[in-house]
Amino acid sequence: MLATARRILNDDAAAQDCVQEAFLNAFRSLERFEARSTLATWLTRITINAALMRLRSRTRRNEQSIDELGPEFDQNACRIEPHWLFPGDTDELLQRREIRELVRAKIAELPEQHRIVLMLRDIEELSTLEVAELLETTEGAVKTRLHRARAALKKLLEPLWRDGMA
Amino acid sequence: MMVSDRFMRRVKAWMFRHVHGMITCAEFETFIVDYLEGGLGPAQQRIFELHLRICRECRDYLEAYRRAVAMGKAVFDDGDAVVPADVPEDMVKAIMAARAVDE
Repeated sequence: MLATARRILNDDAAAQDCVQEAFLNAFRSLERFEARSTLATWLTRITINAALMRLRSRTRRNEQSIDELGPEFDQNACRIEPHWLFPGDTDELLQRREIRELVRAKIAELPEQHRIVLMLRDIEELSTLEVAELLETTEGAVKTRLHRARAALKKLLEPLWRDGMA
Repeated sequence: MMVSDRFMRRVKAWMFRHVHGMITCAEFETFIVDYLEGGLGPAQQRIFELHLRICRECRDYLEAYRRAVAMGKAVFDDGDAVVPADVPEDMVKAIMAARAVDE
């Protein structure tokens, strides 16, 4: 639960408060808990909800526009993309602490409403429908935000591939 | 002789306009999430893969995109991502105890 809250809030102290709040919320709504098999999901869902509530009340930082981090096309809708020569094995690279920290920092740079969708879909592995319900939006909007978040993350990670990960 | 990227893009632009079943790179972009989730229908899948075969830029883009997604997932894969299976047992007991008190 703490890890989930941390991932959403990007803030240790806030994540700890959020987990306490989530536990309180869980005990307040005990009657909604129905089966042991859903407990982990139920608690995670409550934690995510509490974290999202906190995010909504938080002042938004200055963010880079997602449009600046998207793919590039020419006037004929042809992609402009460098030829990538990916260095080494990704899993091996991710064993290095500084690379892992750098990737996490790049994810933290994503505009918040896109970062949240990336977290919920790719990291928490919720379905598109579940994310749409949590964020009170449509599945189409979730897919669009997810794609733009991933495309932006790709753009932010490009220096790693361009300059090497040495 | 090296063919420039710009020349190749002009050739592709011609194909997008004149070859049946071709989509532009910008249209290709809109299929990526569903493609990676196996959510395209057979016809869409064929169109997507036809584009991939002829477009080096989209192949490179898709590979970089996949790697970015994989790296994003991997850096949070710290074994703490889900509630461990042995924790709910205690939690169940606590919840049941709390319920008994309520009742």
